Amino acid sequence: MCQVDEDYGRDIRSADFLSISKQCVKCKVHTPAVLLRVGDPYCRGCFHEYFIHKFRAMLGKNRIIFPGERVYSFNFYYLNHSVVSVNSVYSICRSPGTLGCVGRPFIMLNGALIGRSLEDRHKTNTNIRVLFESTGFPFHIVPLEQVSAPSYFHKCIFLFTTVLLIVYCKLPTLVLTRPHMSGSNCASSYKVAVGKFDQNKSCAIQPSCQQKEPVDVSKVHTVQLQQLVTSVKTHTAREELLNMLRQHLLLHMARIEGYSKLMLGDNCTRLAVKLLSNISLGRGSQTALDTGFSDSRYGDVIAVRPMRDYSAKEIAYYNHLFNVPYVFISGLDSKDSIQRLTESFVTKLQTAFPSTVRTIYRSAYILHLLLCMPQSLMMLLCLCKLEAVELKTLLCYSCQLTIKDMVSGKGAVAGLVFFIGL
Amino acid sequence: MPVQCSSCAKNRAVLKRPKTGHSLCKECFFCAFEEEVHRTIVAAELFKPGERVGIAASGGKDSTVLAHVMKVLNERYSYGLELMLLSVDEGITGYRDDSLETVKRNQEQYELPLKIVSYEELYGWTMDAIVKQVGLKNNCTFCGVFRRQALDRGAIMLKVDKICTGHNADDVAETVLMNILRGDIARLRRCTAISTSSEGDEVVPRCKPLKYAYEKEIVLYAYFKKLDYFSTECIYSPNAYRGYARTFLKDLESIRPSAIMDVIHSGENLSVRDGVKMPVQGTCSRCGYISSQALCKACVLLEGLNRGLPKLGIGKHHRLHGKLLSQEPLTEKEEKKLKPPEF
Ligand SMILES: [Zn+2]
Ligand SMILES: [Zn+2]
Ligand SMILES: [Zn+2]
Ligand SMILES: [Zn+2]
Ligand SMILES: [Zn+2]
Repeated sequence: MCQVDEDYGRDIRSADFLSISKQCVKCKVHTPAVLLRVGDPYCRGCFHEYFIHKFRAMLGKNRIIFPGERVYSFNFYYLNHSVVSVNSVYSICRSPGTLGCVGRPFIMLNGALIGRSLEDRHKTNTNIRVLFESTGFPFHIVPLEQVSAPSYFHKCIFLFTTVLLIVYCKLPTLVLTRPHMSGSNCASSYKVAVGKFDQNKSCAIQPSCQQKEPVDVSKVHTVQLQQLVTSVKTHTAREELLNMLRQHLLLHMARIEGYSKLMLGDNCTRLAVKLLSNISLGRGSQTALDTGFSDSRYGDVIAVRPMRDYSAKEIAYYNHLFNVPYVFISGLDSKDSIQRLTESFVTKLQTAFPSTVRTIYRSAYILHLLLCMPQSLMMLLCLCKLEAVELKTLLCYSCQLTIKDMVSGKGAVAGLVFFIGL
Repeated sequence: MPVQCSSCAKNRAVLKRPKTGHSLCKECFFCAFEEEVHRTIVAAELFKPGERVGIAASGGKDSTVLAHVMKVLNERYSYGLELMLLSVDEGITGYRDDSLETVKRNQEQYELPLKIVSYEELYGWTMDAIVKQVGLKNNCTFCGVFRRQALDRGAIMLKVDKICTGHNADDVAETVLMNILRGDIARLRRCTAISTSSEGDEVVPRCKPLKYAYEKEIVLYAYFKKLDYFSTECIYSPNAYRGYARTFLKDLESIRPSAIMDVIHSGENLSVRDGVKMPVQGTCSRCGYISSQALCKACVLLEGLNRGLPKLGIGKHHRLHGKLLSQEPLTEKEEKKLKPPEF
């Protein structure tokens, strides 16, 4: 299990903790069940209230999710292992006063990439389905190979090939894109939405409970995806490539399903790791977007991170205390990647200096959010804003590193070109 | 089988360049290293002809290589600079006295004028004496504040236009990581900048000609040039946090050799939100040095030392500045908080 995130179960009700605190700091009546910080013991009920209030406050403060809005949410991918749980977000979304936004959990499976057998993957799939069906939420399971569903796959592979062609054959192809234009998202339309929502409370949009079957992916696609991934020489670049594919697929799915908001489950611990690994990968300029509350670089789809103020510890406590069910999915084994190194570095430092995560996370607050100007160009690979000097190479600094790690030479590019039939 | 130099294809290669992985002979490595520093200097327009430039010299490898390369390049490319060495004597027995001997030898070897300013003459305290009073916990705060000011004062005495320091790529990358770990992004820009004008808390502009040089290459350069340098870490620097950052950077580098440059690139491209307050600069009403408070940091630290209240300069005690300025005594309660820790 991902250590940074979940290793707090044993702290709960540990002997010395109970001896320190006799009463909940909030209601001063009940026996505490969790100790968030030293001197801050909460009882079960008060913790639940605190947890939900925090979520509501985050959404209310930022006014990005409109009342009654349908939201696509993607919560679970970790570098080493994924923990899929019916996370707090969904129960919160349904609780009174959270503006009734409707989340549709979105689960991405990448079993194919780590060479797991078909039955094995089928089993995971079933487990997840059972898990989500029990909650009554509409959900959506998509295998990562969906990246290789004909139209989408081609778009993605085309992208990579174009980049490779530019790098190795110096072809002047344009790999830049412009963000899709979005409708007005200003404060006044927020007010209108609140008003509408209040009027129609009784008939708030009820999500239909049907689950979309995962698109049948052909064996060919699986093989193609595997080949693309194995063309990457280093674990660091492989993680980068996967992250980009996930990002593209998420965005693509949100668009074809007509969602304008994408909720990401990043908590503060995860964001601290993200910030530091971005720095290590040469992605400094992108860090503000990658760690901020909202990310509007795509134009028509806005990604939000409502869980960003929660520590992994708080989430683990919540999941533990309220028996939030989960399923494990093993991920890529990438021990010697920069992303994994950063993760274990933060974990280690957090143990030695308990304020580490909060401090790094505070850094993210100071970062300036580059305004998403419709005219500005985005790099198609990682969807970042290009720094001016990089326009010549058409690749952002960090993507150049990834591409360098990707192929052994022109031969591989030729192979890829042939293979896609461009 | 001996490997040939990949650059001149004549001599035998003696090393593999950490930065590029090329196998090079000694001469070609020197050339590549020096040219890179030259390009850095030219690209960032670090100097103007006719300027007097003080090289901060500690006797360590970075500043020794810096002094050597600056002299070589100044002659080779006719920068027209008047170079001199500037050293700070912190008064650390067994560390600074030995390294200063090295600097004195460097002065003769490079035929450059040398100015040494000491904590004792500037502040009346040596680091040895300070550590005796404050212990090993906060001594680096004193050292850092005093050194920055001492360099400035030495530079003013020498009438130099600029100070160049031996910070290398590893140092800069480490500083980027440290600032993030400390949540101090606002200061990041200044720490990663290759040259800083005098608007910060320093009077004389500084620059880092070795900003893009890897520490490993600096060591190789000093080794093959047989430069005379002193290699011992400061005996009073137990900064655990920096140790973590350094180890992390080394681990990153072992996974991706360009990691140091990548971290620097990130640091240079972080954009800090507007409205992060930058303090307004005035002057210290006691010593006249620039300061955003009534008393500059060095003067507060000194006052603390002289009153036997070393914690005075560590936390934020701006409220007390008035009392300090008018030489008033502090209340018993105020004093209690600022007493040195019991050993
Ligand atoms: Zn309570
Ligand atoms: Zn990119
Ligand atoms: Zn050679
Ligand atoms: Zn020190
Ligand atoms: Zn002063």
